[in-house]
Amino acid sequence: MVRSKRNGDLYFGIICGLAALCGIGPLLWIVYDLVKLGAGRISPGFFTDAVRESGRAGGIAPVLHSTFLIVLCCLGAAIPPGLGVAFYLTENGENRFRKWLRASVDLLATIPSIVFGLFGMAFFCRFLGLGFSILSGGLTLACMILPVLIRTTVAAVEALPDHLRSSATALGLTKTTILLRVLLPGATPGIVIGITIGTARALSETAALIFTSGYATRTPDSLLDSGRSISVHIYDLAMNIPNGAQGASASALVLLIALLLINFLTNFFSELWLKNLHSSK
Amino acid sequence: MSRLRSDRVLSFVLNAAALLCGALVLGIVLFLSIEAAPTIFSGKISAFFTDEKWQPGSERDPQFGIFSMLLASVLITLLAAILAVPVGICGAIFRVFYAPESLAKWQDRFLELLAGIPSVIFGFWGLSVIVPFINRYHPPGQSLLAAGIVLALMILPTIALTTKSALTAISPSLMAGAAALGLSRPAQILQVAIPTARKGIAAGCALGLGRAIGETMAVVMVCGNIAQIPHSVFDPVRPVTSTIALEMGYATAEHKSYLYAAGLVLVLMTALFLLVRIRKGASQW
Amino acid sequence: MVESVVITGSTTVAPVVADAAKRFEENNPGIRIDVQTGGSSRGISDAKSGLADLGMVSRHLNTGEEDLSATCIAIDGVGLIVHRQNELKGLTREQVIQLYKKEITNWSGVGGTTGPVTVTNKADGRGTLEVFLAYTGLDSADIKADVIVGGNQQAIKTVAGNPGAIGYVSIGAALSEIENGTPIRLLESDGIPAVPAMVAQGKFPITRPLLLVSGGQNSPLVAEFLSYLQSEETRDIIESHLYVPVAK
Repeated sequence: MVRSKRNGDLYFGIICGLAALCGIGPLLWIVYDLVKLGAGRISPGFFTDAVRESGRAGGIAPVLHSTFLIVLCCLGAAIPPGLGVAFYLTENGENRFRKWLRASVDLLATIPSIVFGLFGMAFFCRFLGLGFSILSGGLTLACMILPVLIRTTVAAVEALPDHLRSSATALGLTKTTILLRVLLPGATPGIVIGITIGTARALSETAALIFTSGYATRTPDSLLDSGRSISVHIYDLAMNIPNGAQGASASALVLLIALLLINFLTNFFSELWLKNLHSSK
Repeated sequence: MSRLRSDRVLSFVLNAAALLCGALVLGIVLFLSIEAAPTIFSGKISAFFTDEKWQPGSERDPQFGIFSMLLASVLITLLAAILAVPVGICGAIFRVFYAPESLAKWQDRFLELLAGIPSVIFGFWGLSVIVPFINRYHPPGQSLLAAGIVLALMILPTIALTTKSALTAISPSLMAGAAALGLSRPAQILQVAIPTARKGIAAGCALGLGRAIGETMAVVMVCGNIAQIPHSVFDPVRPVTSTIALEMGYATAEHKSYLYAAGLVLVLMTALFLLVRIRKGASQW
Repeated sequence: MVESVVITGSTTVAPVVADAAKRFEENNPGIRIDVQTGGSSRGISDAKSGLADLGMVSRHLNTGEEDLSATCIAIDGVGLIVHRQNELKGLTREQVIQLYKKEITNWSGVGGTTGPVTVTNKADGRGTLEVFLAYTGLDSADIKADVIVGGNQQAIKTVAGNPGAIGYVSIGAALSEIENGTPIRLLESDGIPAVPAMVAQGKFPITRPLLLVSGGQNSPLVAEFLSYLQSEETRDIIESHLYVPVAK
């Protein structure tokens, strides 16, 4: 009896372990393929040289530059309204508008990124006349990552112990002071997690950018210049350029390393946050 | 006095942000509608549901039937869910209840990395590994199945990671109680842990499904892009997102406005999906 | 003030123009040439609307498009490709039509080794598709495809992964991939081998011009760039992409 129980546990563990492998196996396979094809292209020069022969030769310096600017625009445009909405939603009192707002944040989270691309092209590029530009791309991405920012910030504020707000109110602090001096600092690690998740999404996004920030491989002079982000570069090399696979793989490796760093930061901050939470309780 | 004014400014700022965010959703619907207007207001949009095929480029007989593409979007998403949900949950169970701490950390890192791989890379991997494999048994290989598998891999990390956090959040005393009742470990997990974490797991699955229905760049490589109603998982299909990606840069005039209209239909469809979840009270935050 | 030229359109033409533009910029400081891709149809509509100074088009102009002024910078052939394992030598136009209409569904029907045919077609709006339709005389609704692909690269990868597949792509793209070991082969069309020399001699049956089109009067800078593209100075770039330069 005991024996069969132990066997059952063993088999169940093995099945679950195999399931875990199902996720990790293909990942290793993909990364192996990328390394095999692309690692040879990566050298210090790859990060500092201009794109040549449509990416089959040269480096990705202008692409990294554009990527950086696009992500910067995206975060700059998304963080203030994202925090604003989140604090608005965590204020006391429920009404129809708040319910509707929550639903629309949920809807934003499920809209396909390519539809954001369509919207960005119609609104930012044409209606606002920004054309194919880093600004258009960044703003489109901002719309896309807004729901992530809002939800993580709301979660972070709600996870703060209730007594914080009530004792601050009892002390007679104004709403502004409570928000800026109590809630915002307390929720910061959680907000940072949201920002890193959003950054990761922005970095690996292609569909929303193809129609908005365009393909130019030159180092942009201003935010109104077109510039391709690293994901668009990978897409273009893989889809349109004969023998582009090597450059695409090398660029994908660079992107993966960047994402690893970002994940590392996220984990670092979330552990910090958990520690804070436990010490304040 | 100035204290009150700062509060008023704050409340103005927060309200403005909330309005902006609300306006964004309306703005998206509005701008898609404006671009789709030529087909909506001329009544041609009915072609979406009356035409049988999607052949916008035909000079002899242009058709704009969208039904098979909506169906494909739903089928691919469902298939990905059928594949990814059990695997993701089992993987998370292994992570939480069986794996030693050192291995578990690695598993997390790997899943996070998997979540970050850009979709084009998944698409190419699918096209060079999965498609030729299926092709050996059921040509052409580009199929509902291939799209489902690639998509399942892409949403697996979301499901596994959210399930993991839902399972780790269960209080240890609950599990200890179940063990004290003499339940075997699989029974503790299946009868106590999973039901307790049900809500978190469901939220993770919904998040994964949301990603699946909107995924474009990977699916377009492996689904075959034939707008038809599939008879088996080995038939090629074409979801709405693929159509937009394949044709948007190339479309002009009427064709373009049909594509915007297709984007609009997709948004309305996800809104409907969301509405059902809200009605069922599944979306509380 | 920086003078700039905006060029949009065909993904087939874009890499050549982008490389030439880079060299042009190096030789003429203070000038910027922006190259955006998006397909021949977009090249045409952007040139018409004035959104772009020049549109890139990888096919002949259709009726209703003659008001645009076009400059041909190179000729490209569109070749039929199959998997390397497929030993078929070539296809006639009739056979291609039968394969793409699914009147023949097995390779034995056109003299190849027995096996089902997977017909790969391009998505609507692509220049390559229109060239193919012009060659076969088919309407896009006649084609019964098994797989529809976007760009050249997707077509090549699809055929490389499927021993029964047939597709058609720019000869330049196919040759460049074959050189690199991709398991595909170019078929003879109507008995003519698919090589740049045959395209240059005008013998290969499926060819297309790579055009730059503009809606109105060209600015001096645009005109200068156009003649630069047709000059000896960019010949090596065009040849490096395995297209055939046009003798001026």
